[in-house]
Amino acid sequence: MIKNKINYSQRKYVIGSIFILVAIILIIKLFIIQIVDDSYKQSSESNTLRYITQYPQRGKIYDRNGKLLVYNDAVYDLMIIPSQAKNIDTASFCKLLNINNETYNTSFNKAKKYSSITPSIFISQITKEEYGRIAEMLYRYPGFYFQTRSIRQYPLPIAAHTLGSIGEVTKPEMEHDAYYKLGDYIGKSGIEKYYEKQLRGKKGIKITVVDVHNREKERYMGGAFDTLPESGDDIILGLDADLQAYGEYLMAGKTGSIVAIEPTTGQILAMVSSPTYDPNELVGRQRGQRYNDLLNNPDKPLINRAISGTYPPGSTFKMINGLVSLQSGVMNANTPYPCNGKNSAPIKCTHSHGSPVRLYDAIENSCNPYFWQAFQAMMNSSRFKSQKDAFQFWYDHVTSFGLGRACESDIPFTVSGNIPKKEFYDKVYRGVWNAMTIRSLSIGQGEILVTPLQLANVAAAIGNEGYFIEPHYIKSFNNPNDSVSFERHVIDIKKQHFKDVKKGMQSVFEGDHGTARWSRIPDITVGGKTGTAENPHGQDHSIFMAFAPVENPQIAISVVVENAGFGSTWAAPIASLMIEKYIRGEITRPNVEKRVLTLNENE
Amino acid sequence: MRSRTTIGRIDIWLFVIYLALMTIGLLSIYAAAFNADHPHIYDFSQNYGKQLVFIGGSLLVGFAILLIDAKFFNAFAYVIYGLSILSLLLVLVVGSKISGSTSWIQFGSFSFQPSEFAKFGTALALAHYLGKLDTDFTKLKTKLIAYGIVLFPMMLVLAQGDAGSAAVFIIFLFVIYREGMGGKILIIGFVAATLFIISLCVSKWYIMIGLAVIYAIFLLMIDRTKKNIWLLTGILIAACAFVFSVDFAFHHVLKPHQQTRINIILGKEHDIRGVGYNLNQSMIAIGSGGFSGKGYLKGTMTKYNFVPEQHTDFIFCTVGEESGFIGCFFLIALYLALMLRIIYLAERQRSAFSRIYGYGIACIFFFHFAINIGMTIGLVPVIGIPLPFLSYGGSSLLMFSMMIFVFLKQDANRMNIL
Ligand SMILES: [Zn+2]
Repeated sequence: MIKNKINYSQRKYVIGSIFILVAIILIIKLFIIQIVDDSYKQSSESNTLRYITQYPQRGKIYDRNGKLLVYNDAVYDLMIIPSQAKNIDTASFCKLLNINNETYNTSFNKAKKYSSITPSIFISQITKEEYGRIAEMLYRYPGFYFQTRSIRQYPLPIAAHTLGSIGEVTKPEMEHDAYYKLGDYIGKSGIEKYYEKQLRGKKGIKITVVDVHNREKERYMGGAFDTLPESGDDIILGLDADLQAYGEYLMAGKTGSIVAIEPTTGQILAMVSSPTYDPNELVGRQRGQRYNDLLNNPDKPLINRAISGTYPPGSTFKMINGLVSLQSGVMNANTPYPCNGKNSAPIKCTHSHGSPVRLYDAIENSCNPYFWQAFQAMMNSSRFKSQKDAFQFWYDHVTSFGLGRACESDIPFTVSGNIPKKEFYDKVYRGVWNAMTIRSLSIGQGEILVTPLQLANVAAAIGNEGYFIEPHYIKSFNNPNDSVSFERHVIDIKKQHFKDVKKGMQSVFEGDHGTARWSRIPDITVGGKTGTAENPHGQDHSIFMAFAPVENPQIAISVVVENAGFGSTWAAPIASLMIEKYIRGEITRPNVEKRVLTLNENE
Repeated sequence: MRSRTTIGRIDIWLFVIYLALMTIGLLSIYAAAFNADHPHIYDFSQNYGKQLVFIGGSLLVGFAILLIDAKFFNAFAYVIYGLSILSLLLVLVVGSKISGSTSWIQFGSFSFQPSEFAKFGTALALAHYLGKLDTDFTKLKTKLIAYGIVLFPMMLVLAQGDAGSAAVFIIFLFVIYREGMGGKILIIGFVAATLFIISLCVSKWYIMIGLAVIYAIFLLMIDRTKKNIWLLTGILIAACAFVFSVDFAFHHVLKPHQQTRINIILGKEHDIRGVGYNLNQSMIAIGSGGFSGKGYLKGTMTKYNFVPEQHTDFIFCTVGEESGFIGCFFLIALYLALMLRIIYLAERQRSAFSRIYGYGIACIFFFHFAINIGMTIGLVPVIGIPLPFLSYGGSSLLMFSMMIFVFLKQDANRMNIL
């Protein structure tokens, strides 16, 4: 046995030889790729490799009819690799670039601080003309080169809030997603932000060999290691560019908003927030400055009032209250309630009409006492164990219209508005409260706050007789692999009740006393409701919501004109013009349009 | 008193090589992961700072091992092996997924890779079993147990989806071979498997040249009797026939999409975003180093983050790019010195346990060294295993260090064994 082991010890030579042999193989291969094979070789004195990011085409954005809303245009970024930028004649270079020495030093140090060997942007977004002039002389300045980039262009100066804008990534954004490098662009708001991942595409890399004279000589290894950029996906919005433009035209000079929704799909047809701005303003090198100007503008044009402005819905809210009372079973469309006009208590009527009133007349005349009594009947009904249970019934149904919560779709930064909870009243009234305490809810005042988007969605839900699709911007992607869907919400209220309320809303236009009778549209049936939002800070806000045609709604709309008084005066005619524009494609009532535009001159 | 003599008697060459490799590793990680905002090597928020901590920890554990009684590791070989098997089972239950395989156990912010521990445990257990005086290699039972000691942890590692680490266990065949078991069959099997993979990766004509070289080397080494020459020539012809048939089967039997899949696995096809991409980038990085390299901290490829995992599995890229062929040559020579030194020391051991254990760790280092460097220069498929002492990572460095220190202790104590 011991003899055996001595024999085997010779095997140490075999194992040792294998070790040596493998080491030799490794060295031979290294010798080949490091010294013999030119394709891997890179003489560090004369040539350097330059990795040029190839930016993909950001996806374009179209309206629902294929009209181009956003496309790309080429600009040039002057790049720097600080470690290669040696012996620069700063004086002549500054002259060429039209900058002063100080700017040069600041930019240079900023780039160096980021990294001395990776490229940074030295000057961004140089125009084609300047590019031609500078590129010719650039060979004198090693370490500098141009990189093509695209910026957003907007053929129509509309829908700035919806489309949003892109801007340079911030440090937190870079840390959050390694895709981004210093100087990259990222969607900052609106569609650009929400669909950033689909729009941005995928960056590519071009590797070129650069000689000592800063000239790009050839593709490294014939481009074998390059990657091609992949374009972003195009997006088709539900937006109707003509309608959007018309809405902005009508709202010019006013403060407020218009939201139009296609009820069957939940797609936003138009979203106007006034005052607005031309999206082309936030493009290019001056973006930062212009953005600050807009930010400091006292009219606050950057705010999208359609999704972040909250208003008491006023009489428009009576539609929801009516539906909830009907659903509770304490009344029906024919239940009469008395109205004593100005002498009614506890809430006065602001219109004069006969008494008692039933649902259709009450809606047509926007009768406060009717809706107070309907609300009170529900709150005091023996169908509920307590008033608080009745209130919970009311709360659940009201919020099922999408009120009191932010929108859960591709519309960023929506605010939730407010529908008060019973806990709120328990706290304020120390547990002791009843229908009387919270009576202002019955006419859409008090603590209730809604956004114009929510109001338009309520109109869509009523028009649809009991359901809505979560409102959203996108119609589809141009890429069949991408798809989006949004939740369909069904409201737990009988269809018949919706039909009754719709009938009442139709008489708002068609009835002799209808509050919107001056805004009738020939041959198009419209259901709507005026509202006046009390404004403690000044003149009341004019509010209107509507859908048309009544039988088969194609458009649901809300209009808010701030400090403009009654809903019937301004908001209703604007809504009627928008509806006519969308359904008929033209305006048959130039006098109404003219009148609406006169408000601008008063300002 | 006794411990001082132990430390005084450790093999200084092996210890110095070990320290040198760790230092090169630290400097390379610093170069690969260099962050201009944190330029200090002792910045513990950065990988290089952490590696410095790992080195300190490994040395501490190492010196503790030198203080333990030398017989401990022989006596407790099965216990350590058992613990490593347990940790492998545990990782299957509670392991966290890192890049596709469940091979890590997380203790708070510290993560530990049981497969590293299992290599150590297996080396000990195999040495203990084969080192027993009454082990008789001619018995089938002995063979089965020896294979079983290796195969069991290997299968568990494979079950974690970590094929690269599982492959490391194959190298224990060398150890078993050294101790006198079925040399021919093992070699034939091993050569066939290697040839199979190589013939998928490399053009058959290169393999022919390689085989011819090996043929020539053997011809020089053996007794050149007529019988031996005919035998060797026969083997050469058989090997060539094997390579041709694999090549034929690959190109004519497999369908194109199957070929592509294998090619991508082997890193052969230009799968620009996948496995092939790493390899291409890694080869450009190393190739661009040229003869003398671009200079320390001056490598551009690795700085651009074009080589993924550059501070772990692809750390050799940094060496290749920044120190060029000279640096690579020196590093490979250093590894070779490490492995040959261990074999040399192993052969002078009186105890069979120490000798076999020495071969065990030399072979583990060899496998990691050959596969890792081979992978970065496109010689073998991309298999994610670390380069010993150089790659970033606490649990691999600790385990490799423990392997070294246990051996240093055995060697220092060799005179006490009768
Ligand atoms: Zn009335």
